Amino acid sequence: MAQIIVKNVRKDFGDFTAVKESSFTVEDGEFFMLLGPSGCGKTTTLRMIAGLELPTSGEIFIDGEEVGQKPASKRDIAFVFQMFALYPHMNVRQNISYPLKSQGMPKAQIKEKVAEVARILGITDILNKPVGGLSGGDRQRIALGRAIVREPKAFMMDEPLGALDAEFREHMSEELRALHDRMGATTIYVTHDQLEAMQMGDKIVVMNHGVVEQFGVPQEIYDWPATMFVAEFIGSPSMNFLEYEGAVNVGDKIAILGDVSFTIPEQLTAASGDLALGVRPEHITLSNSGDYRGEITATEYLGTTQIITVECAHGVVKVRAPAAQPAQVGDKVGVAFNPKTITLFDRKTSRALVSVANKGVLNNG
Amino acid sequence: MSSFSVTEPSKRQKWFAGSLVILYALITIMPLIWIIATGFKSPSDAIAYPPKVFFEPSMEGYVNLFTSRTRLPAEELAALPPSETWYQELVRDNGMVITGPSRYGQRFLNSVIIGFGSTFLSIFLGTLAAYGFSRFKVPIKDDLLFFILSTRMMPPIAVAIPIFLMFRQIGLSDSHLGMILLYTAVNLSLSVWLLKGFIDEIPLEYEEAALIDGYTRFQAFYKVVLPQAATGIASTAIFCLIFAWNEYAFAVLLTSGNAQTAPPFIPTIIGAGGKDWPAVAAGATIFLIPVMIFTILLRKHLLSGITFGAVRK
Repeated sequence: MAQIIVKNVRKDFGDFTAVKESSFTVEDGEFFMLLGPSGCGKTTTLRMIAGLELPTSGEIFIDGEEVGQKPASKRDIAFVFQMFALYPHMNVRQNISYPLKSQGMPKAQIKEKVAEVARILGITDILNKPVGGLSGGDRQRIALGRAIVREPKAFMMDEPLGALDAEFREHMSEELRALHDRMGATTIYVTHDQLEAMQMGDKIVVMNHGVVEQFGVPQEIYDWPATMFVAEFIGSPSMNFLEYEGAVNVGDKIAILGDVSFTIPEQLTAASGDLALGVRPEHITLSNSGDYRGEITATEYLGTTQIITVECAHGVVKVRAPAAQPAQVGDKVGVAFNPKTITLFDRKTSRALVSVANKGVLNNG
Repeated sequence: MSSFSVTEPSKRQKWFAGSLVILYALITIMPLIWIIATGFKSPSDAIAYPPKVFFEPSMEGYVNLFTSRTRLPAEELAALPPSETWYQELVRDNGMVITGPSRYGQRFLNSVIIGFGSTFLSIFLGTLAAYGFSRFKVPIKDDLLFFILSTRMMPPIAVAIPIFLMFRQIGLSDSHLGMILLYTAVNLSLSVWLLKGFIDEIPLEYEEAALIDGYTRFQAFYKVVLPQAATGIASTAIFCLIFAWNEYAFAVLLTSGNAQTAPPFIPTIIGAGGKDWPAVAAGATIFLIPVMIFTILLRKHLLSGITFGAVRK
C-alpha cells in the first residue's frame, strides 16, 4: 500500500489540453475520489497515474518512487474499468488468476489465492462459469477480484459502478467501501456522481476543464466551496447565488445587497464589482417577517423535506425546509440566511473570497 | 405461446420466409448439383438434350480426369492381356488404354500450397498491420489505408503484364513462391481492412487490463486481442482462401507448368480428346471440396463474423 503524489501533471492530446498542471496527494490507505463532469480530465488523470497514458509533463510518485514515464505493467497497481473489461474468452477463475500468471506464481498458490478472493467477494460458486452470461454485479465482483488478488500498491477505479442499475449501485458502493476498509488499500476512484463521491470518499478532488478546482474532505468541500463551479456541482439542489454589485473590504462582517445587509463571516480579502453571496438551501429560513423578501414560485415535496423556490431581487433561491412548513406559491416571504455558512464569490474569477470561516479549507486547494 | 407478440413473427410470416429461403437455396445450389451430377454422367448423357435428370452413373469422368490415355486399334486392344482393374476395363471399353496418371493431382496440390500459403501469409501480415492501424498513432494513417485499398481498384489483368515481366526478371515465374506472394499482395488489402474493422470493435480496455495485469504489449495482443479477433480472422481467412483458390487470370498468365493451379488446368481437359464434360465436371467437383471443408470448419465463426460485429457488444 502506498502514498500517491501527483505533482504538476499535464496532459496534451495534440492541441487539446486534457489536464492542466494538477497536483494533489493521496495518503496511504485513503479512499480518494476524483470528481467532475464528463470531459473534465478526471479519467485522463487516473489513466496517467495508472500508466495507461504518459503525462506530457509533471511527476507522479507511487510509494515514493517516480513512475511518471513507466509503463503500466511496471507500476504494480490494479485498475477496475467501467465496463469491467473481463477477458471474455476466459472463465471467472481464469480472469481472476490472470494477473498472477504474469508474475509466474506457481499453480497451487494461484488456486489458493483465487479461492480466498472468491470467498471474500462471495463468488465461489461461479468460479468455473464463463463470464458472458453473468449479471452486472457478478461481473463487478470479478473485476474487483482480479484487482485485489495481486495485492497491488493501489487501486484505480474508473466509474466502476457506472454500468450498474441504480438499486444495485447503492449496494455495490457499500460493498466496495467495506472492502476498502477491510483491506486498507489506497484507492483512487473516478466518478461524476457527487453523491457517490461524498458518500464513499475520504477525500475528494473536484476537477473541471482539466483543472483541479478543490481538494479536501467531503464536508469541507460541501460547506466551503473554493469556486462557484464546486458550489454548483456539489449538493442537490446546488448552492444558491445572490448576485450583486458591491465591494467588500478586509474585516467586513456584513454584505450589503441593495438596501439590505446580511451578516457574513469576517472577510480576509477585499474585492469589488460583480460579487455573489452563496448559501446552501438548508441554511435559509423563511418567515413572515424579515427585511429581505421574495415570492414563492414553486414547491417540491420530497417526503421529509420540501424544496421551496423563492424569487428574490438578486436571483432565485431554493430553500430546503421541513415538509410540514406551510408554503403557497404566490406567498410573499421574508428570507434569512444562517450567517455562519455564507461564502462570498468574486463573479469575475468565480473564486470564493477568503474569510475567517473558509481560510483553513481554501489553503488546501 | 399463444399470446400476440409484436416481435415474434406469425406462423404465416415464418412459413413465407422459410419458403423464400428454401427457394433461394435451391436456386443457388442448382449449379452445384448439376456439376456434381455431370461428373457421374457418361459423355453422351452429359450433352444429351433435353438434359437428363435421371441417368446411369458412370465413373468415366473421374477416370478420365486422373489418367492420360491413348487410342488403340481394336485388334491391338484385343491382343492385350485382360485388364487388372475396373478403370482399365472402363477405358478399354472406349477403345483406349491408360498411359499414365494425368497432371490434375499435381495441379490440385499446387492449388492447395498456393491457396493456403497465401491465405496464411495474408492473415499473418494483415492481423499485425490491422492491429497497428487500429491501435497506434500512424502518421498519414487514412492515406495509407486508402493506398492499401487502391491496389484493388484495377482489374488484375491490368497489372498482369508488368508482374509477368517483373517475375521473369527475378526468377519467380511459374513458381509457388511467386504465386503465394502475388496472391498475398492482392489479398492483403482486403485482410487489413476487414481485420482492422474487427479489431476496432474490440474494446481497448481488454488490452489495458492485460497491461495493468503485468503483461507486455505483445503478450496482450497475443493472449487477449487475438482470441477476441478469432471470428474476424476466420471469416477473413475464408474470403482470402476463396479468392486465391478460384483466381484464374493471374494463374493462367503467370504459370504454365510447375506452379500451375487447378483453375487454369481444368479447362485444358476440354481440349484433350473431344469435349470431355464429365471429366471437367469431376475436376470442378473435387476442386470444390477443400474450400467447402475449410468453410464448414470455420462456419461457426463465419456466421458471427459476417455481421462485422454489429450485434456483438
